[in-house]
Amino acid sequence: MAASTRSTTRRSRTGLAAFGAAWIFFARVVSLFPRACMRPLLVTEQVYALGNRTVPLVGFSGFFIGLVMALQLYGVLGRFGATVTLGPIVAITLMRELGPVISALLYTGRAGTALASEIGLMRATEQLSAMEMMAIDPVRRVIAPRFAGGVIAVPLLALIFSMIGMLGAWLVAVVMMGMDPNVFWGQMLSSVKFYDDLVNGIIKSIVFGFCVNLIAVYEGFHALSSPGGVARATTRTVVIASIAVLALDFLLTAYMFRGV
Amino acid sequence: MRRTFGLEIGTGLFVLLGIGALFFLAIETTNMNSLNTGSTYAVHAEFSDVGGLKQGAAVSLAGVRIGRVTSITLDPKSLEAEVTLRIEDRFNQIPTDSSASIQTKGLLGDQYIGISPGGSLKSLKNGDTIHFTQSAIVLENLISQFMFNKASSSGGKSNGNQ
Repeated sequence: MAASTRSTTRRSRTGLAAFGAAWIFFARVVSLFPRACMRPLLVTEQVYALGNRTVPLVGFSGFFIGLVMALQLYGVLGRFGATVTLGPIVAITLMRELGPVISALLYTGRAGTALASEIGLMRATEQLSAMEMMAIDPVRRVIAPRFAGGVIAVPLLALIFSMIGMLGAWLVAVVMMGMDPNVFWGQMLSSVKFYDDLVNGIIKSIVFGFCVNLIAVYEGFHALSSPGGVARATTRTVVIASIAVLALDFLLTAYMFRGV
Repeated sequence: MRRTFGLEIGTGLFVLLGIGALFFLAIETTNMNSLNTGSTYAVHAEFSDVGGLKQGAAVSLAGVRIGRVTSITLDPKSLEAEVTLRIEDRFNQIPTDSSASIQTKGLLGDQYIGISPGGSLKSLKNGDTIHFTQSAIVLENLISQFMFNKASSSGGKSNGNQ
């Protein structure tokens, strides 16, 4: 353990080595999941810091995305006389794609960076080493609760995003454009599927939650002990997590929505 | 203690908001509530061609949704598509000689099964079969038939002119 920690503080891994190291780290963090839940207050604190504080950002984004989607679709669908399908299109798009993906990206920007820089700074100021000196495993005390909190927060944020997006779409379609509310909601009931659309979207956001939080805590924990190292960890978190979310989204979509 | 109290309330609200969002989406926007509305009974129907009918498609009578399609399989003996419909229990007065046809919502919409009631005094029960069925109208077949007729008639005319 000591040897591996020392080597990671000297140089950060790249490429395949980093990928392998991340998986080992992931296995360790996940194996500490039950332990993290034994101290719920630590996890609660992190759900609050990572989840609650991201709600306004996710809420506003969802709201405006709902507004814009409804506005655009109302015009475009109006050309074909198909405005009745506006509700289902917005609902399916939000639940399947935009909710999970955009909330994961926003979460990366708002909370993933905070995670990485906080842990990176602990590394740089040798707080993590100090914990090791006191025979406290920093992965158990610092990383595991943060990871658990983040994993809980992301799917909830995605759901909140989708719900507020739907309300935004409702505002434009029904209140602004004068669409019949029964048409707006009723069309959804018959064409949006609970398992295919909503549950698959939730599974997506759970996967994204694991992915983003893992990258954030990994980059923070393995940051170089310098101001530049913390900056680099934060940047890498955003870049890698964003690409990973979008790439995973493609894979999950290809798998989940083969015949739907 | 005061510090953690606000934190716990906030976190609780956040989790509740998330779960509330799940319920809102499930109930307001998905077919969740039409999936589990009380008890249903199963009725079978055989079609020679189901076209693009899918599992979960609506079953409607007079345009009102009364159930859904739960399975579509091929009967290995008769080589016809066997469709199982689940109809809600409150619609238990459908005559046994009713007919089922596969129809399309609009020109390019989803396909569904429309039931036209017959005149029998007995009503369909769980496990019964609807004997009068009309297969899906496959638009491509209609178009190709039409094009074929058109081509052969115009072809004959042009030959005649030469």
